[in-house]
Amino acid sequence: MFRYVVLRLGYCVLVIVGVSLLVFVITHLIGSPVDIMLPLQATDEERAQLEHQLGLDRPLIYQLMDFASGLVRLDFGLSWWQKEPALGIVLERMPATFQLVVLSFIVAAVVSVPLGILAAYHPGSTLDRVLTAGALTGICVPTFWVGLMLVTVFAVGLGWFYTSGYGTIRHLILPTLSLAIVPAGRIAQIMRFSMLDQLNQQYVTTARAKGLDERTVIFKHALKNAAPAVITTVGVDLGRMLAGISSPVEHVFGWPGFGTLILDTIQHQDFPLLQACVFVVAIIVTVINLVTDLSYGLFDPRIKY
Amino acid sequence: MKPESRLAPAEVFRPEAARKRAGASLRRLWKDKLALVSLLFLCFVVFCSVAAPLVSPHDPTKGTLVNRMKPPFWVKGGSQRFILGTDQQGRDVLSRILWGGRVSLTVGFVCVAISGALGTVLGLISGYFGKWVDTVIMRIVDIQSSFPGLLVALTFVMVLGPGEWNLIAALTFNGWMVHARMARGQVLSMRETTMVEATRAIGCPTGHILFGHILPNIISPLITTYVLEIARIIGAEATMSFLGYGIQPPQSSWGLMIGEGRIYIGQAWWLVTFPGVAIALTILALNLVGNWIRIELDPLHRSRH
Repeated sequence: MFRYVVLRLGYCVLVIVGVSLLVFVITHLIGSPVDIMLPLQATDEERAQLEHQLGLDRPLIYQLMDFASGLVRLDFGLSWWQKEPALGIVLERMPATFQLVVLSFIVAAVVSVPLGILAAYHPGSTLDRVLTAGALTGICVPTFWVGLMLVTVFAVGLGWFYTSGYGTIRHLILPTLSLAIVPAGRIAQIMRFSMLDQLNQQYVTTARAKGLDERTVIFKHALKNAAPAVITTVGVDLGRMLAGISSPVEHVFGWPGFGTLILDTIQHQDFPLLQACVFVVAIIVTVINLVTDLSYGLFDPRIKY
Repeated sequence: MKPESRLAPAEVFRPEAARKRAGASLRRLWKDKLALVSLLFLCFVVFCSVAAPLVSPHDPTKGTLVNRMKPPFWVKGGSQRFILGTDQQGRDVLSRILWGGRVSLTVGFVCVAISGALGTVLGLISGYFGKWVDTVIMRIVDIQSSFPGLLVALTFVMVLGPGEWNLIAALTFNGWMVHARMARGQVLSMRETTMVEATRAIGCPTGHILFGHILPNIISPLITTYVLEIARIIGAEATMSFLGYGIQPPQSSWGLMIGEGRIYIGQAWWLVTFPGVAIALTILALNLVGNWIRIELDPLHRSRH
């Protein structure tokens, strides 16, 4: 177990460093932020001066070495756009996104897990068919559009909530709902599928035959075996959502989180800030993958690492 | 004598059997109303996109300010000339949706054609050769697919600049992993069969074994993935265009229309609603058809339903 975790952690570090370096090389080889940062009528002299100021005129290998040494010290330099340490800006934005994403996953799980179990318990019923169709629709509909529709109805039309902003519960509800749609659909689908699979197993028949009450059979036996599949999906989806998938919805609601920061970064062609974003994303993604893998052991004692 | 003809007698084309199979397929399609409706809807979307220049009532890029912000015809103030209303520049919403479908479908098909071909070839190679080739390719697949595609696409566009072809490049780069994983999984189960062993024994060149013998036998599960990927790419294109990094004005795209109409959401709900409905229905129909194809092409799966 310990050996496995150490090996996996080493692999995580390798991925994080590798991806950071790759993004650095690609952006510096092809990108030209100077054109974006200066007005159109800027002279060549001004361009050269700004390039020099940003250190972009030095040989790539020197820039790369500087970047690598900064990476070790977790120092990505000053953001070109905000003139502040890049990593600090990213970390400042994380809590707002964290709040939104975690809340929407809680909403999704609270709604979808019971419905998924219920649908699996009555396969082919009206409820099952409605839920299956609803789950697929939820996954297919673009999240940003759901957000805008919610705004049209509940903020513009009924005036119950604010159209955008951050701070109170009236700001929080619409973005949470829009973000919850896709995970709710995914959780319902997988919960149903995996529960259906378990309920057809022989141990369930045995449990029923020996006279266990239905509640124990479902929640203690079947659910325990159906859970890992759901946990994996939720884990991976949660990681990806924290790592920038929430951007369109945050953009719609003007949510001051990591998602909007990524969009700002792209718009301003802010290389140091982009590096900090990529770094944080890589950490989130690799750590969530690791935790999900380890969680299998909690549910299934047969799994040894 | 060609060796294949002796090795695979089952693949000899028999017209009456094929006709029988096609007939059975059609009867099942008729029974599965949801799939039938989706398929007809997709045909309709494809027709509208191909025939956009003929069927669209107005020029999608030109409007007169006199006609700006007209609501759909059934709302007070709307006119029969603009069935779904007009936007802030007086352009006809219906015409823009028809032309936008052209862009969405083109992006979807082109991306999947390229990423599907690339991914399938890499997956075939990975599965067939195994060993370090497999390890390298699958590691890249793992790492790249654990990163959120949206962030990768945004980085791509930041470096290359926005535009239709750069968007296609970014989405293609994001999409090959699914196909590689799928093809590899299929090859693994094919590799050890007597059929492959026999072709190898008679000295078939590797390329011919891979593309002439293995690929035709594993193509059906791959087709499902292609269809589902077109749906995903259309969603991704809409998101990127909505954020302003995809299709650029004055071209029309469903995502771009939502992005442009967003500011006027208080006064003109139709600007955001109709393109969103178009995206959602198209993606949903593609998913339903994809699922139908999966069941249709997999006899084992079919008998279980």
